[in-house]
Amino acid sequence: MSNYKLRLYITGHTAQAERAIANLKRICAEELQGRYQMEVIDLVEDPEEGERQRIVVTPTLIKQLPPPLRRIIGDLSDKERVVSGLDLLPTLTDDGDASGDAS
Amino acid sequence: MSKETMSTIEKLPSGVPGLDIVTDGGLPQGRTTLISGTAGSGKTILAAQFLVEGVKKFGESGVFITFEESAVDIRRNVASLGWDIEAYEAAGHWTFVDASPQPGEPVVETGDYDLGALIVRIELAVQRVGATRVALDSLGAIFNQFQNASIIRNELFRLAVALKQMGVTAVMTAERDDEYGRIARHGVEEFVADNVIVLRNVLETEKRRRTVEVLKFRGTTHQKGEYPFTVMPDEGIVVIPLSAIKLKQRSSNVRISSGNAELDAMCGGGFFRDSIVLLSGATGCGKTLMTTEFIAGGVNRGERCLLLAFEESRHQLMRNASGWGRDFEAYEQAGLLEIIATYPETCGLEDHLIAIKHAIERFNPNRVAVDSLSALERMASVKGFREFVIGLTSFIKDREIAGLFTVTTDTLLGGESVTDGHISTITDSIILLRYVEMLGEMKRGLTVLKMRGSPHDKDIREFSIDGTGMHIGRAFRSVSGILAGHPQHVPPRELERMEALFQDVPAA
Repeated sequence: MSNYKLRLYITGHTAQAERAIANLKRICAEELQGRYQMEVIDLVEDPEEGERQRIVVTPTLIKQLPPPLRRIIGDLSDKERVVSGLDLLPTLTDDGDASGDAS
Repeated sequence: MSKETMSTIEKLPSGVPGLDIVTDGGLPQGRTTLISGTAGSGKTILAAQFLVEGVKKFGESGVFITFEESAVDIRRNVASLGWDIEAYEAAGHWTFVDASPQPGEPVVETGDYDLGALIVRIELAVQRVGATRVALDSLGAIFNQFQNASIIRNELFRLAVALKQMGVTAVMTAERDDEYGRIARHGVEEFVADNVIVLRNVLETEKRRRTVEVLKFRGTTHQKGEYPFTVMPDEGIVVIPLSAIKLKQRSSNVRISSGNAELDAMCGGGFFRDSIVLLSGATGCGKTLMTTEFIAGGVNRGERCLLLAFEESRHQLMRNASGWGRDFEAYEQAGLLEIIATYPETCGLEDHLIAIKHAIERFNPNRVAVDSLSALERMASVKGFREFVIGLTSFIKDREIAGLFTVTTDTLLGGESVTDGHISTITDSIILLRYVEMLGEMKRGLTVLKMRGSPHDKDIREFSIDGTGMHIGRAFRSVSGILAGHPQHVPPRELERMEALFQDVPAA
């Protein structure tokens, strides 16, 4: 299975940024157990990276791997849109207990 | 750097030709000014030119933030205006913040977001080149990129505050739907409402007219109303601050001779040195003669004169002049006259304008005569012609050169072309030459219709032409309706009776 490489861009640890981090951690735990790498980049500390990646709004989540590259913006509170935006097709996560929402 | 809000607002000269007169000295320093206009009104050009002039004229660096076109497109688009953005970038005077949409899939929105990343990037760019000027183009494109308009509206307000804290002077462009409707789409004026400039591109009775208007500058002054502008190749936007320029230059009040003493008297002592005189008349009624006298009048005082001829050849002009006792060849040999005779059809109007500008820069004349504008008018659309005239006029005025432009009317008697608003409003003075049919005889009449900033003779005077030139005589006392093209004989007795009612003051 291909490994997911995700980068989350924030500008400062605002409430909105913390919310996005928590949402991303939860979704990854539920959908991608162990098959992902996640990196949080604070553009306040590294504005050059914002320029390189041409980030306009924060939070922005970039899925670098597997291709195609995807950009998702917002605090990731809409899980359904995050899942479809990352191309996390249900068939990829069909090893039993991980298929449903942890409700 | 926070500034006291109560202190007077300084202006930053934009450097855009003419705009700083309309804005009373430039854009409010350390503030953001909204440039609003319909599609194709020149917003992006003005935004880019604000930075370009900063680099060229003041050595100030700029940051251009683009939301719609990519940096590559903008570099290429403005190259036609003679701006080498790449060179500015290489020299560290210019940098782009490219926030245009990435090609590919649409961005997925999954909750609240902010423009924090953009602000951080702008701060970085401003620091990197030491920018004092920032341009954002365009706000409408941000709204198109993102779905949540209320977030964007709030965030743009935050951006405007951030720009203020950076201490930069900024312009933001915004789209509007109607030339005279709401200020801008998406209600963007609400967060940068302090300063608004509107660009218009109006179709008026089949004539295109570009204008710029300062709608408001909070806490500081500006000129009111619309001022025409044009976009010149190799120069960009040139604003013609018609009425504003008058106020400034009229103080000099320097008069020059028209080359004809009687005409000087009619004009209240001659033309103003930096004024444009429009000379209108039917074919053969004396325009070329007056042009010749205008040039001779300059040469006799040691002034340099440039004659741009579009109707007659050099040879013809020289022969005409010698027929009136003026030796153009001698003037040329003395280095005081240059004749450029071209067929209007040889190239487009823009090329003519560039050639004329170069000739003026090279020869550095005190007087320029164009004979005739009508020959060029045939060549272009009304809009193109208007832009040509505006461009030429502003260039000449800028250099305090006296200009004489001739216009040919279509009809022999009377004539309407001089009222073609797009030329007559730009010129300072208008002189009409007309044929007058009187008791079965064709006579020539002359009147000074307009002389901005000066009293002038209001009579329609008869004039004659002989081997020494033009001789202006008495007023047509017994005819009326000359300008309308329908002269009517007024019984002399009635006239005498009328005159007797007033203690007639002799003409000055």
